[in-house]
Amino acid sequence: MAMTIHVDIVSAEQEIFSGVAEMVFAPGVMGELGIAPHHSPLLTYLAPGEVRVKLPGGAEESFYVSGGILEIQPHIVTVLSDTAMRAEDLDEAAVLKAKEAVDRAMHERTAEMEYAKVLAEQAEIAAQLLTLQRLRRRAGR
Amino acid sequence: MAVGKEIRTKIASVKNTQKITKAMEMVAASKMRKAQHRMQAARPYARKIMNVITHLARAHAEYKHPFLINHAEDRRIGVIIVSSDRGLCGGLNSNLFRDLLRRFNEWKKAGSEIELVIIGNKAVSFFNRFGLKIDGQTTHIGDAPGLEQLIGAAKIMLDKYTANEIDRLYLASNQFVNSMTQKPRIEQLLPLPPSAEQELKHHWDYIYEPEAQQTIDQLLTRYIESLIYQGVVENIACEQAARMVAMKSASDNATNLISELQLIYNKARQAAITQELSEIVAGAAAV
Repeated sequence: MAMTIHVDIVSAEQEIFSGVAEMVFAPGVMGELGIAPHHSPLLTYLAPGEVRVKLPGGAEESFYVSGGILEIQPHIVTVLSDTAMRAEDLDEAAVLKAKEAVDRAMHERTAEMEYAKVLAEQAEIAAQLLTLQRLRRRAGR
Repeated sequence: MAVGKEIRTKIASVKNTQKITKAMEMVAASKMRKAQHRMQAARPYARKIMNVITHLARAHAEYKHPFLINHAEDRRIGVIIVSSDRGLCGGLNSNLFRDLLRRFNEWKKAGSEIELVIIGNKAVSFFNRFGLKIDGQTTHIGDAPGLEQLIGAAKIMLDKYTANEIDRLYLASNQFVNSMTQKPRIEQLLPLPPSAEQELKHHWDYIYEPEAQQTIDQLLTRYIESLIYQGVVENIACEQAARMVAMKSASDNATNLISELQLIYNKARQAAITQELSEIVAGAAAV
C-alpha cells in the first residue's frame, strides 16, 4: 500500500473533508504546494484557489478555498480556510455574475470604492473560475 | 349569572398569556435546534486551529508574537462580554453578570483597572449603570451572526493588547452544557495560556512561507476571532435554550393558575346557588 497522509479541511462554518490521501495540492501564497507524506513541518497561508486531494486508489477530490492557513505536520495536513466548499458546489452562473459586477466596479473606478478590496474580490473570482475550468476539463477526460 | 365575573375575566387573560408563552416556547425550541447546529458546525475549525496553536507553542519559533508574551505589568484587564440582545430567557444573563461582578470585585481589590467590550444589548444596559469603562459595543447581531460583525469588537481589544494598553484579556459568555443547563464561563484569551503538554525534547521549527511573523500574526488573529465567534454562537444557543425552558415553566404556571382560579370560580358559583336556594326555601317556610 502506498504511504498516506491524513487531511483535514475545515472552514469557520463547517468541516468539509477529513480523511487520508496519497498527496495534497494546495495554493500557497508563494505558489502551489504539492504535499506528500512525511513532508517537513510547514506553516503558510493560502491564496484563493483549488485544493486537490489525491485519494488512495487514484480518485481525486477538489475543493475551493477563498484563503486561509495551511499547516503541515509529517502525518497530518490541516487546511483552515475562511470559506471552503466542494468544487462541484460552485455555482458558475453566480460566479460569472459576480465577475461582471466586479469588472464594472473596476471600470468605473468611483472615488469611494476600496481599490484593494475590489482587487481581492477579483482574485477570488478568477480563482473560482479556474477551479471550475479545471474541474470541467478533468470531467471531460 | 353575575357571579364571579372578575374571576372569569382573569381566567381568560391568563389563558391568553399562556397562548403567548406556548408560542414563544415553540419558536425558541426550533431556533435552539438551528443555533445548536451552528455551534457544532463551528467546532471542528476551533478544534483544528487549537491543534495548530499547540504545535506552534511547542515549536521553537524564532519570532514571538505579542499575544504569546506576558506583559511585565499585570494591572489592566480587558473583558469581552457576550450577552443576549433580548430578555425573557430566565436567569441566563443575570447569572453571567453576577459571576462577572464577583470577579470585578476581586480584581478591583487587587488594584486592577477594568475595561469592557460588550456584545449584546442586555449587557450594555446592565454595565452602563456601573460606571465601568466601556470601549466598544456591538448589538443586534441576530440569530446567525457573521464573523465580520464581531471582528470590530474583537479588534478593539486585540489592538489594545498589542499597544500595551491592557495586560490581560478575558472572554465572558455562557457555556452550553445541554438544553436544560447553561453555565457562565469566564476564560482568559490573552496572553495565550501555555499548553499543559510536555515540551518535546528535540528542537524543531516550521518552515514559514513567506515569513514567520506574517504567518503567525494571521494564525493568532484568526484563532482569537474563532474563539470569540464560538463564544457568541454558543451564547445564542444558550439564549434559545434558556428561553425555551423559561417559557415552558411559564406555560406550566399558567395552567396551574387557571385550574386554581377555576376551582375558586366553581366554589363561588356553588355558594351563590346554595344561598339562592336557601333563601327560596326560607321564604316558602315563612309564608
